[in-house]
Amino acid sequence: MALASPSADATTARVAALSLPESGVWAAQARRDALDRLAAMGLPKRRDEYWRFTRPDDFNAPVAPAAAVFKTDEAPVFGEIDRLRIVFRDGVFDAEASDDLTGEGLEIERLATAAAQDIHWAKDVYGVLEARGQEPVARPFAAMNTAFASDGVVIRATGKVSRPVNLTYLHEDTTSDAILHFVIKVETGAELTVLENGPAAARFNKCMEVEVADGGTFHHVRAQGRDHERRAVTHIFARLGEESVFKSFTLTVNGVMTRNEAVIELTGDNAVAHVAGAALGDGDFHHDDTVFVTHDAVNCESRQVFKKVLRNGAIGTFQGKILVKEDAQKTDGYQLSQALLLDNDAQFLAKPELEIYADDVACSHGSTTGAIDEEALFYLRSRGVPETEAQDLLVLAFLAEAIDEIESEEIGEDILSRLSAWLVRHRK
Amino acid sequence: MLKINNLHVKLEEEEKVILKGVDLEVPAGAVHAIMGPNGSGKSTLSYVLSGRDGYEVTEGAATLEGTDLLDLDPEERAAAGLFLAFQYPVEIPGVGNMTFLRTALNAQRKARGEEEMSAADFLKFVREKAKSLKIDADMLKRPVNVGFSGGEKKRNEILQMAMLEPKMCILDETDSGLDVDAMRLVSEGVNALRDEGRSFLVITHYQRLLDHIQPDVVHIMADGRIVKSGGPDLALEVENNGYAGILGEMA
Repeated sequence: MALASPSADATTARVAALSLPESGVWAAQARRDALDRLAAMGLPKRRDEYWRFTRPDDFNAPVAPAAAVFKTDEAPVFGEIDRLRIVFRDGVFDAEASDDLTGEGLEIERLATAAAQDIHWAKDVYGVLEARGQEPVARPFAAMNTAFASDGVVIRATGKVSRPVNLTYLHEDTTSDAILHFVIKVETGAELTVLENGPAAARFNKCMEVEVADGGTFHHVRAQGRDHERRAVTHIFARLGEESVFKSFTLTVNGVMTRNEAVIELTGDNAVAHVAGAALGDGDFHHDDTVFVTHDAVNCESRQVFKKVLRNGAIGTFQGKILVKEDAQKTDGYQLSQALLLDNDAQFLAKPELEIYADDVACSHGSTTGAIDEEALFYLRSRGVPETEAQDLLVLAFLAEAIDEIESEEIGEDILSRLSAWLVRHRK
Repeated sequence: MLKINNLHVKLEEEEKVILKGVDLEVPAGAVHAIMGPNGSGKSTLSYVLSGRDGYEVTEGAATLEGTDLLDLDPEERAAAGLFLAFQYPVEIPGVGNMTFLRTALNAQRKARGEEEMSAADFLKFVREKAKSLKIDADMLKRPVNVGFSGGEKKRNEILQMAMLEPKMCILDETDSGLDVDAMRLVSEGVNALRDEGRSFLVITHYQRLLDHIQPDVVHIMADGRIVKSGGPDLALEVENNGYAGILGEMA
């Protein structure tokens, strides 16, 4: 019987294929610390509790599996929205294709530039939130990201930034293996919206650390869709100050292997964190949402809304946790994970968890798996709506609660139109 | 308008025969009522005509203006002019009532090769129809039938009927769950739609609804067949003697 190779060897082999980018003192230290963390925890194994539903093989492999470049005539998402574009081509910043990185109340620098300096505000965030997020659950690919991220930007909002910052990824090389790291700091009372779209690379490891100071507001809308052979592991680490707001929504369609982790810490009283996702899979599709929300302050609200529509062998997984610490009284926590299975081949695996140490909290969670409501389908058809259209209407209705989490109506409508178009393309 | 000949229907999943040779003809512009005891097959008849899954037609035919209904999908029957007002209107969370009405209206228009109605025209149209049924803006905005009272659901059915302007309307126990005022409102809605080119088949247990929606012909259904037909007086006879009396008298 062949035994799985010891984790230490696998980690060594994986790391050997990477190189630590040149950095200044603080960043070099952050990278070395992250490498130590990674060495200590090792790469995930299939037996690991947090990898039970999702095979880590594609992410563990020293060489990225090749991925075809997807061509389409469809205009990219967010195209109609006035936004500041920051473009990465196969994981490398493309200054030509990007807008001027300036805006009122906004500071943006390329990661390498910030990392080269002796003193930089990003020092308090880079690798810091990621390291905090390694307890109690290890997230090896996030540590790997902090150590080896080859590009990215650091963004600081010091005022109410009205124009969203759009991180756009382009994939042109079938073997590219990109590691990007973003640091975002929303200062006291500031506001920022970050949009993300596009296929990044054959394999993509992305880490975003978001610090929202007291009274700050951060909105995040991400569209993962055009890379049919996507293998992506992404992390968002957020730390929220008093009366701050954090809202993140992700639309995921297509892609053979996607793991999106969100690790959110509510550390200031009256903070609000919403994280939501809508995923549609048809065929060779594995989508994993892994969420960990920690309440560590009084009177905070957290909301997780994840919806998945699956068919034809597609697999969706959800691991969501709400941890309420002893002093986090008056916590209002909500977690919903639902799957709509359009045939008998699709699968949804869910592990909702609550861990509560405070005694005056309201936490609820629900997880359901179901099929299209035949009664509703017949009702719609009896009014003249063709079956395919009726089914699409019910699918969109199922996803509505997640899409409603998008704050901006304009962006919400853009996302909705993408969803509708996808449904039409995937009609049987 | 509607012709049903010797219709035999069984449940798809089990060997249970429900309709055992129904013969019925509703001419254009006429209002026919079907009454009958529980389990006589009234609701099954309405479902089979509208194309619901789960039933198997073993014999007979049903046509709408000469078109074979039984061969069509539910949406095609709707586009051909058939409308069923449900006994239990279905709640559809996440689909706004307005979106639903507009999608249905335009789907039928499209199926008939007509132009879709513009958003502005639709809004005007829906407001006008809703007003006469005392359906407020809030009910139009809410998800289809979600959180509606029994009366609101039935009014919403009649609103759909008024907007889709079908030729053949089947009302399946529309009076169930309605108080006196709601019944009057719903009946007024139905009466406003009475027209030379439009026929109605009103399925009910009680004579009371027929005081409001006066039928031309009343049929009594029992054990999967129409066993007796007559004028409006037949409904009164049911009210006075019960089905047992009428069926007993026939035996």
